[in-house]
Amino acid sequence: MELNILTVCYLLGAITFILGLKMLSNPATARRGNQIAATGMIVAILGTIFLYRDDDGNRLHNHGWIFGGILIGGVVGTLAAKKVKMTAMPEMVSMFNGMGGACAALISIVEFNRLIKHPSWTIYPPLSSLGPSAFEIHLPNGELLIILLGLMIGSISFAGSMIAWGKLNGTIKDFAFKGQHILNLFFLLLMFAGIAFLMTNIQRGFFLDIASTSIAAEVWVKLIFYGVLTFALLYGILFVMPIGGADMPVVISLLNSFTGVAAACGGFLYNNKVMLTGGILVGAAGTLLTILMCKAMNRSLANVLIGSFGGGAAAAAGKQQGGYKEIHISDAAVAMAYANKVMIVPGYGLAVAQAQHACHDLEKLLNERGVEVKYAIHPVAGRMPGHMNVLLAEADVSYEKLEEMDEANEEFPSTDVVLVLGANDVVNPAAKTDTSSPIYGMPILDVELAKTIIVNKRSMKPGYAGIENELFFRKKTSMLFGDAKKVLQDLIAEIKQL
Amino acid sequence: MGMVHNMLNWITANQQMIYIVILMIFVGIEVIGRVPSVLHTPLMSGANAIHGVVIIGAIIVMGKAENDNYLALTLGFLAVILGTLNVVGGFVVTDRMLEMFKKKK
Repeated sequence: MELNILTVCYLLGAITFILGLKMLSNPATARRGNQIAATGMIVAILGTIFLYRDDDGNRLHNHGWIFGGILIGGVVGTLAAKKVKMTAMPEMVSMFNGMGGACAALISIVEFNRLIKHPSWTIYPPLSSLGPSAFEIHLPNGELLIILLGLMIGSISFAGSMIAWGKLNGTIKDFAFKGQHILNLFFLLLMFAGIAFLMTNIQRGFFLDIASTSIAAEVWVKLIFYGVLTFALLYGILFVMPIGGADMPVVISLLNSFTGVAAACGGFLYNNKVMLTGGILVGAAGTLLTILMCKAMNRSLANVLIGSFGGGAAAAAGKQQGGYKEIHISDAAVAMAYANKVMIVPGYGLAVAQAQHACHDLEKLLNERGVEVKYAIHPVAGRMPGHMNVLLAEADVSYEKLEEMDEANEEFPSTDVVLVLGANDVVNPAAKTDTSSPIYGMPILDVELAKTIIVNKRSMKPGYAGIENELFFRKKTSMLFGDAKKVLQDLIAEIKQL
Repeated sequence: MGMVHNMLNWITANQQMIYIVILMIFVGIEVIGRVPSVLHTPLMSGANAIHGVVIIGAIIVMGKAENDNYLALTLGFLAVILGTLNVVGGFVVTDRMLEMFKKKK
């Protein structure tokens, strides 16, 4: 009876995950979708705690520890999620993702230690007395493979997410060195070699040949297992380390799908269908999202995986540019106040300055004066896909005003003033013209089609990808230096006086 | 040969799970395929919370740990904390993001 109820709990969980993801894909139902998925998760978790029985029919114990852990994680998680600023949202997601990956890896470590202690996993009796078939029947190879995969993927996801987190909040700088691809591949190879070694040797009982006692064999097996763990962590670190700027959204999305797969490994291990459903759903969806983002930047996933973006970028930055011209705040105000149509291109600078509300105020003010105002949103503007949308939504900017890249590009020719707020790489014409540029081939917002371009930046420093932007030196472009929020407030004050 | 045999046995024993994997791959792709880019961040964050289902594994590890198995107790406890962080943090962050998506009247 109890187990049947648990089955229903898990079924409910799986349904809510699918339903939740589906509802998350529609603005009108998104929030409810998230809440439904959360409810399903609670049902699945409570069901597990109170109704789960293992294969031998034993209930779970250590309830105090379980609830203690949930309490600690719940309080810390809620506080962190409630307190985080909108600008720090991407790194928060990355952090939570890493926690999930670490959780999967820890499960693998415990289960591996259980597995090698299990009576059926006997490596010490002489082969001759048992015969090879005795091993083949008892040795749970699929289980071992799943444990190893969960360990590897979970650890990579954990280490990678932590690096991504550190890079996004600025504590870790881009770091690349010659031969890093080769080292990455080498670690990957070592991991697979370790897994293959454990798989074949535990299967056949080869340890008898190299180790005379069971203790030595066990030490060897453990050594290789923790070796795989170490290489996975190193790989996770090294693979995110050199990736910078425009690639960060891709990396977070990819690591997100990794953790999904790691969770699914747990589902296989415990024959747990809700874990499997949730994990694979996220794995598949995350992978698709990652590929879509790679496509938007005209790069292959393999290139990102082995890749380095930041490394090559510095070299391309060289070329000296001509002069740029500055525009005074009052001139900018006049240009915008008397325009027919203004397009705002938000970027990370807007997020950093927390200028979304000021931006919305400017939009309202211009609207009152009869100026049409729209926002042009590049798919990878900011530090995450949709980063700008979330930010502007926080300031109550309505959906209809947000134009996606293709729509926006059609509107630029009829636009009088484009106001670029802290965006850089996504409006860099080098992506179209300069084959040596690291962002070559990435579709950009063609702001140059508009009559006037006003670029707000804090300084002439290059953007996150570390490359110069020719746009700033073009005739139609004027620079408006300063913090985005301050500049917007000044603009509003000026326009009000007109 | 033994290994192949073993793997084949394992596939047969786990065929239901393998079917779920294949079907969920398609469901995941279908569901995400229609998402407007406006919702990419909340969606990623929501998906992030859903893979927090890994916490069920952590609970099982913790709940099965014998009283003298300190490795399992320690790591299991840590896993429960981390898994909860993933679930709770993930859903709360997503909710906060979506709260801002209120339609302007």
